[in-house]
This record gives sequence, structure tokens and C-alpha cells, in this order.
Amino acid sequence: MSKLKNEDVLKLAQLVRLQLSEQEVTDLTKELSSILEYVEQLDAVDVSGLEPTNQVTGLTNVTRKDEIKDYGYSLEDLQANLPSSKGNQIKVKRMLG
Amino acid sequence: MAVTWQPIAEIAEDVRTGKQTSTELVEKSLKAISDHKEFDAIIVSLEENARKRATEIDAKIKNGEKVGRLAGVPFIAKDNFLVFGADTTAASNILKGFKAPYQSTAINRLEAEGAICVAKANLDAFAHGASTENSDFFTTKNPHDKSRVPGGSSGGSAASVALGLAPFALGTDTGGSIRQPASFSGCVGYKPTYGAVSRSGVIAMASSTDVIGPMTSSVQDAALVFDVMAGKDDLDGTTIERDKLGYLIDNNIDVKGKKIAVVKEYMSEGLNDDVKSVIQKSIDKLEAAGAEISEVSIPSIANALAVYYILCPAEVSSNLSRYDGQRFGYYDKDAKNLQASYSNSRGIGFGKEAKRRIIIGTYVLSSGYYEAYYKKAQTVRTKLIKEFSQAFKDHDFLVGPVAPTVAFKIGQNSQDPLQMYLSDVMTVAANLVGIPAISIPAGSSENMPVGLQIMADQTKDRELLNLANQAEGIIK
Repeated sequence: MSKLKNEDVLKLAQLVRLQLSEQEVTDLTKELSSILEYVEQLDAVDVSGLEPTNQVTGLTNVTRKDEIKDYGYSLEDLQANLPSSKGNQIKVKRMLG
Repeated sequence: MAVTWQPIAEIAEDVRTGKQTSTELVEKSLKAISDHKEFDAIIVSLEENARKRATEIDAKIKNGEKVGRLAGVPFIAKDNFLVFGADTTAASNILKGFKAPYQSTAINRLEAEGAICVAKANLDAFAHGASTENSDFFTTKNPHDKSRVPGGSSGGSAASVALGLAPFALGTDTGGSIRQPASFSGCVGYKPTYGAVSRSGVIAMASSTDVIGPMTSSVQDAALVFDVMAGKDDLDGTTIERDKLGYLIDNNIDVKGKKIAVVKEYMSEGLNDDVKSVIQKSIDKLEAAGAEISEVSIPSIANALAVYYILCPAEVSSNLSRYDGQRFGYYDKDAKNLQASYSNSRGIGFGKEAKRRIIIGTYVLSSGYYEAYYKKAQTVRTKLIKEFSQAFKDHDFLVGPVAPTVAFKIGQNSQDPLQMYLSDVMTVAANLVGIPAISIPAGSSENMPVGLQIMADQTKDRELLNLANQAEGIIK
């Protein structure tokens, strides 16, 4: 598999909304290439006839009734952490421009 | 120099019968914390709350009210546990100033039995690491040698217990983060079966392997704390039923006739010779005590770390997407628009290792690479699970070292992420397979503690704790 380039890391960073400095991009490109090289040992593992595992204890579709339950959370406590708000709403920066 | 505590059950009994007060215990713990500041084990002390709770419990006892199995017992939580109203940072800049608006189920259960949280312990930010050097605040020092790391990510919790800052601490273990620091710092660290303790209110790292467990001075203490926390929870759909017999120690259980297999892959290449000889001596003592010792090979262990370092960053990148600066945590107030507000808040708020894992996780999940990396890793995980199941058909328990070396020097591995990841090489398999595993003190090398790892099959937590309790007495 191909080695990562600076542009690849930059594109990934844009996808996940992560501002990186030029130095960080250079460092990450180098480090990630060596980590990927290490994990690529799995290419040689024979897994024919095996299915991927998502959940280890065998639980499937754990659901609950669709009803409101009071866990005692208070709106005030939740709002106390908002960096920017107006009334009961979260205030964000403009989307465009 | 370490402060000592009686067994937890005895402390609670003394509190219930009036021999000691909760207030005295909390003051002892707070004093220990302030006397050992130079180890940097603690991020924040919760003095005010702890004193208030102690007064309440003491008043209850005076009034003859019921106070629970952990009455007045102080404890320290890793700072990725939400404690209502308290700072919860996960040792990250992005969560500086965050006050938990609710509380983790584990801590609710401990408090319901009278335990008192006195402080929050340091960790690698978001639990990403094996040394606490990835903490965005400071590095915790090893209680046995300040120039060395305490292990990680639950390094602050391990150091707290080893220094006697409280009778027990809570940790989380995603790839070894309870067991490895327990081995490095010299305490007991228990990683239960996946789903045994609710993860609600604990900051998520890699959800398919994250577990919560106790760090203590003895296996008996670990079993008691685990018994209080374990069980199903509405707020975590992955929780499993408790063992009907509970998890408390039965001292009548004997190692005689127990089938214990040494995992060949853990005793070979890469294991430090002195650590190996400590582990071998422990195994010999178990054999002398009547355990049936044999050897087992689990070939896919050789691939476990590679599987982990695909699955873990993939899950991390997803779990860290909620830190976008808009609802809590660090927020770049000068950003021009929403897009920049996300990117800058995350770019400034996250440390190096979090960024590394977000990028690698996003890469292995991205279209075109998903099959080759993520799906392949999940399939090799299946292979590993099958090999472990086979091993548990013939053996009751598996043993080996916890880590290839004793605690390393601060700075020794911090420039090379891959080298740091290798510190998890003997612990990640238990997480990927979802089985319980424990680290108990087995001796020392270079005057540093060495832990013995014992593993059992899924849901055999009670059996594992009982065996470890016996082993603890035999190998020391």
C-alpha cells in the first residue's frame, strides 16, 4: 500500500475539521506512514472463512422502550458548559462567509 | 513513604461501628494527596465535596441509618470519569473548565454504598497512551523512581494507589491502561469482562474495548469494589448480567488442580530477561502450590497489536468527533465562520496523540481503505477470539507478563509513537477478545515492580479474582 503524502494528511484533516500547522502535517505524515507500515502485517494473515467481529460478548440489537425517562439531568447544568448561547439555544458562528 | 490503609472491607466496618469516622478517613486521604504533590498523580482534589459527604455519612451513622459496604472509604477517579459538578478534563486542554452535568454510573454505585471521591487522577489525554506523558497538563512520576513513568493511561490512578493517597482508585482499560500502570507502579489492576461495568458517564475512547475497573492494594479490595460497580445499566446497552454468586473473594478456593497455561507468545522475543525470570519464578511457585502448569500457543497474538492500532484509532476518531467546540469545551471565539470554529477549536484543543489517532482512524475508515484496514482488522480479531476460546477449552486460566519491561524513563519513548504503542503488546489481546485480565505484583527487577498477568474466559470474573487472590499470597 502506498505511503502517505502531506496532501493526504491535509485532506483527512479537512474532512475531520482539524486545523493543523505545517509542521504538524509533516510530522503526522511521517509518523502515520510508519504506523501504517506496521499494521500492514495483517495483509499476510489468512482469514478465509472468517467473519469480522463487531461486538465481543454476542449482544445484538439491545433496545429500550421509546419513552421519556427522567435521569435527573438539569437544563441549567447542561447549559453551563455552552461556550456561546442565546436564551435556551446554542449560538454558533455564521455558516457562510 | 507510602501511606498505608487497612483492607477496604475493614475500613467500612470500622466506620459503621464508630471506630473511625468518614471525616478522619477523608482528612487522611487529603493529607496524603497534599504530602505527595511532587508525584503529580492528581489533577484536581475535590476537598469541599468530599468533606461534605463525609459529614453526611458520619451524621447518618450517629442517627443509626444504613450506610453501605464502602461507608466512608475515600477513592480517586481517573479524570475521564464524570463526577457531578466537578471538573472533568480527561487530561485534555479541549475539556479544560468542563463541569460534569451528570455523573457516571460506576461512581453513582460506589457513592450509594458510602464511598467518597476525593480527587481526580492524571492520565494520558483521552486515555491515549502508556505513560501519562500524553497528558496535556503534566507527567505523573513513578512512586518507586521519579525519573520513570508510572505507566498509562491510568498512571495517576496507579501512582495514587501505590502512594496510598486513597484505598482505591478507578481506571479504564482499552488496550492495557489499567494493567500496565498497575505493573509499572506496583499495585493490583483489574480489567473485567467487556460490559461488566457500565461505561455511562465515562469519556469514551474505543467503545468496543473500553472497560472500567478498580486499582487497589490487594485482589480482595479489587473484588469488593468491582462487586459494587458491576451489573446491567439502562444507560449502557453493552452491559451484561452479573454473576449470580457475585464477585467477593472466597478464601476456601485453592489453586490446587487449576489448569493454568503459560502463553508462549508472551514469554518469547521482546520480553526483558529479568522480567521474564520474575514471571517464571511466580509460575514455579504456583506449580509448587499444586496448580497444573502447561504451555499454550496463541499464534494470532503476534497480530493483536496491529489489529488494535487499526480498530482503536478508528473508534477514537468517531468518539472524538463530538468535541467540536460548540456545546462544551474549548471554543475559538475569534473564528470567522462555523467551519473555522470547528477546525480551530479542535486544532487548538486537541493534543498531538489525539490528532494522530483522529487522522489515522479517519484514514483506515475512509472509502477505498476500509476493507483493507478496518474490515481486515475486525476479521483477524475473529481469528484471535477463536484461538483464545480454544485455549480456554483446555485451560482454566492463562498467564504471562503484563508488559515487556519495567517502567521506562520519562522521555525514553515519547518521541516515537510506535515504540510507545509496543508497550501495550501483552495487554491488547484481552481487550480485543473481551476477556477479564488482572495484573498482580509478582516481584521486582531493577528495583522496579513487575506484574503478573492472569486471564480467564469471558464472564469468569469471579473465578479469575479468586484465583488471583490465592496467587497473590503464593507468589509474593
